[in-house]
Amino acid sequence: MSSFTSQIFIERLIQKNFNFFTGVPCSLLSGLISCLEEVEDAHYIPSVREDAAVGLCAGAYLSGSQPVLLMQNSGLGYCLNAFTSLNLIYRIPVLVIMSWRGQGGKDAPEHLIMGDISQKLLETAGMNYSVLKPENCDQVVEIALRKINEEKLPYTLLVEKGLFDERY
Amino acid sequence: MRGIEVFQEIIPLLKDEPVVHANGFICRESFALQDREENFYMIGSMGLASSIGLGVAICKPDRKVIVLDGDGNVLMAMGTLAMIGAEAPNNLVHVVIDNEVYESTGKQRSISNAVALEQVAKSSGYREALRVDKKEEIKPAFERLMNSEGPGFLLIKVEACFDPKTGRVTHTPEEIKERFMNTLLPH
Ligand SMILES: Cc1ncc(C[n+]2csc(CCOP(=O)(O)OP(=O)(O)O)c2C)c(N)n1
Ligand SMILES: [Mg+2]
Repeated sequence: MSSFTSQIFIERLIQKNFNFFTGVPCSLLSGLISCLEEVEDAHYIPSVREDAAVGLCAGAYLSGSQPVLLMQNSGLGYCLNAFTSLNLIYRIPVLVIMSWRGQGGKDAPEHLIMGDISQKLLETAGMNYSVLKPENCDQVVEIALRKINEEKLPYTLLVEKGLFDERY
Repeated sequence: MRGIEVFQEIIPLLKDEPVVHANGFICRESFALQDREENFYMIGSMGLASSIGLGVAICKPDRKVIVLDGDGNVLMAMGTLAMIGAEAPNNLVHVVIDNEVYESTGKQRSISNAVALEQVAKSSGYREALRVDKKEEIKPAFERLMNSEGPGFLLIKVEACFDPKTGRVTHTPEEIKERFMNTLLPH
């Protein structure tokens, strides 16, 4: 099957100088988080809420680090105020790895509405994103880096079910 | 004690420490009294001054980092107290100006009269959590926390009497960020 593993993706991020990882778990991201806990040159800080993770990443960025926030799209609502009244107006970038539950209307009931509106919410808020695929990984990471380094804005990579090895 | 007296006591004790400010009057009063490049004025994102301060403290272990918070802000993000307790950065001092109201929006009552925030901090894992309600207690308590292993928590009970005529922060958010970041560059 796919040779695109959590480890390859995490190594790519580390190679691109991302060095501060936090978030709130999702089963779709479980492989990534396990990997972060295992990899020697990465450190993952558990956050209690996604908006707190946004704040934590902002503090890390202000201190010269390159933060990554891992979260489920169900946490997007919690984060909208943080994104709009902190990241976007101060131009504080962060790479958001957001799992896309409820995509295509096939998921548990609690994910269906947010699954349907996640992209629209991101667009409405002026938050740029791409859907991460094994074949576009290098390309979208470069786009994210340009947003982050040149425009100083957040960038989101949406992760569909089955993209990464899930460990739970 | 009046809220402004907290700033009058603490500002003279500051050197080059980064100070992350909660939104509302806390930003405005501090800015009006003495603007500092090391001040991060968080004008939105209510509740996140503590998580921003935690991020700075983790990434800048050689700097003492101060969060100047409000009771409403702390209550909105109480989980962050747990994160600070769990990460336990020894360089973080979390000061809370507790007027038991959301003063910035018209003095609606918060619930901090019924919640002992310093005990919440203590049981969340802060190394030391102090509560003061007299002006002359601020300096010794603050200096004690600044000179000991953190994370430290200082709850300061005040009356709700910020001056609504206090101006707003005049720097743009990007300016606030740029200067703050410059003060954190390695020297
Ligand atoms: C998410 C959000 N909800 C409400 C507000 C409105 N608001 C701005 S300042 C503030 C009060 C903050 O209370 P506290 O931290 O106790 O500070 P104080 O105003 O008492 O100094 C509120 C409710 C806001 N800015 N953001
Ligand atoms: Mg208050």
